[in-house]
Amino acid sequence: FAEFDDAANLLAANPDATTISIDEPVEIPKNQHSRLQEPGREEDDELLGTDDSDKTELLAGQKKSAPFWTFDYYQTFFDVDTYQVLDRIKGSVFPVPGKNFVRLYIRSNPDLYGPFWICATLVFTIAVSGNLSNFFIHLGKPTYHYVPEFRKVSIAATTIYAYAWLVPLALWGFLMWRNSKVMNIVSYSFLEIVCVYGYSLFIYIPTAILWIIPQEVVRWVLMIFSLCLSGSVLVMTFWPAVRDDNRRVALVTVGTIVLLHALLSVGCLAYFFDAPEVEVPAPIIPTQNATVITKS
Amino acid sequence: FPDLTDVSISEDIPVEGEITVPVGSHSPDEEFSTLDEPVRDTIMRDLKAVGKKFVHVMYPKKSSALLRDWDLWGPLVLCVSLALMLQGGSADSKDDGGPQFAEVFVIIWFGAVVITLNSKLLGGTISFFQSLCVLGYCVMPLTVAMLVCRLVLLAGSGTISFIIRLIVVLAMFGWSTLASTAFLADSQPPNRKALVVYPIFLFYFVISWMILTFTPQ
Repeated sequence: FAEFDDAANLLAANPDATTISIDEPVEIPKNQHSRLQEPGREEDDELLGTDDSDKTELLAGQKKSAPFWTFDYYQTFFDVDTYQVLDRIKGSVFPVPGKNFVRLYIRSNPDLYGPFWICATLVFTIAVSGNLSNFFIHLGKPTYHYVPEFRKVSIAATTIYAYAWLVPLALWGFLMWRNSKVMNIVSYSFLEIVCVYGYSLFIYIPTAILWIIPQEVVRWVLMIFSLCLSGSVLVMTFWPAVRDDNRRVALVTVGTIVLLHALLSVGCLAYFFDAPEVEVPAPIIPTQNATVITKS
Repeated sequence: FPDLTDVSISEDIPVEGEITVPVGSHSPDEEFSTLDEPVRDTIMRDLKAVGKKFVHVMYPKKSSALLRDWDLWGPLVLCVSLALMLQGGSADSKDDGGPQFAEVFVIIWFGAVVITLNSKLLGGTISFFQSLCVLGYCVMPLTVAMLVCRLVLLAGSGTISFIIRLIVVLAMFGWSTLASTAFLADSQPPNRKALVVYPIFLFYFVISWMILTFTPQ
């Protein structure tokens, strides 16, 4: 964000100047490292976020100036530090009511690191946890033979990556189409939507680990809890984008977002985690013995 | 141009010199051509280089020998042997068994490529093949773990054998991750080290999981 300060100052001084951004991938992180030691950085970020969005939009347009077939173009999507990724994850797990995830954390610097690696972790976590939970559920049975179920990894990968990339694509297309009909104040780029969806899936990683517990009630409680958290992040992000639209369209859009999210979690729970067995109630056996005794 | 008409190259000064541009580094290849040496020397030189790298992985000090002269023979041998040893897993139906040869191969190579791309996109200064080389060589402790697991499973597959296998796989997983981090961490910008180390951790965790869950028929 220090780069935005400098460029903003230069632009304010000389609004007609054409600026050329030269990507020097090795030097830029070092510069950021030295400048980011300043205290009070968080307050600056807050102000920049609630400031006029024109400046950030202008600078965002300037950032991606390399042509898309060069390596530097994709490097602009990985321009995040460790603390930024951790902040974004924190923001997705503890949604602040009223604050928009994109405006607060993404701030015209959408990254592909978070969505990609959160999805990868989620794929393996679901596969491993499902395998472990099935192992513990069927452990005592004499006929059970442990299998690694490796095929489920590819199924999990397809599902989660399709959800994390195709649903944002469809949503982005839909929002662009509505934007052409109704003037919305808030609009998101495709990468920002991918970012929100990717980070909102983070809560499912600890949820999947806790789903190993073979109690049906516990699993459903966990699922509803994580659905509420990540669903609220999505709703609070996308409600400002559709609230200026027709009331019904807005409600249907937000409802579809939540519904798809719920479908993903319910589907994962149902497919990867076998249902825990219900215990046979003990009292049946003594009555049978009683009837046998009376008959003889 | 009237003044230039009487400029001429004298006929009796011979023009001579070398057309070839001299290469900057004087590698030993320049003194003698490796084309004439016996095949055994060529093979032994490459084998020695691969062997030296294996030793470097066993005792990871901060040395750049692994990074400078990269080769992919070691990773290929390790990957193929690991994938072969993971064969013969039990399967009631084809869908429930362990990973097939192609799956292990693809996971290791595709995973290494993705991690390398990730570290380069985050601003790392390591080259593509050097990173592949390091990640491939650091699979060696896990290959040793697979070998030990198969031997332990020959003895029996009860709880004790599982505990032994768990300890061995955990130890080798830690060794692999620490070895590759020792080699790769220096080439990253300091405020992004964790972002680069985490995918390496995930990569070796998945391989360790495949090794630990291997059950013979």
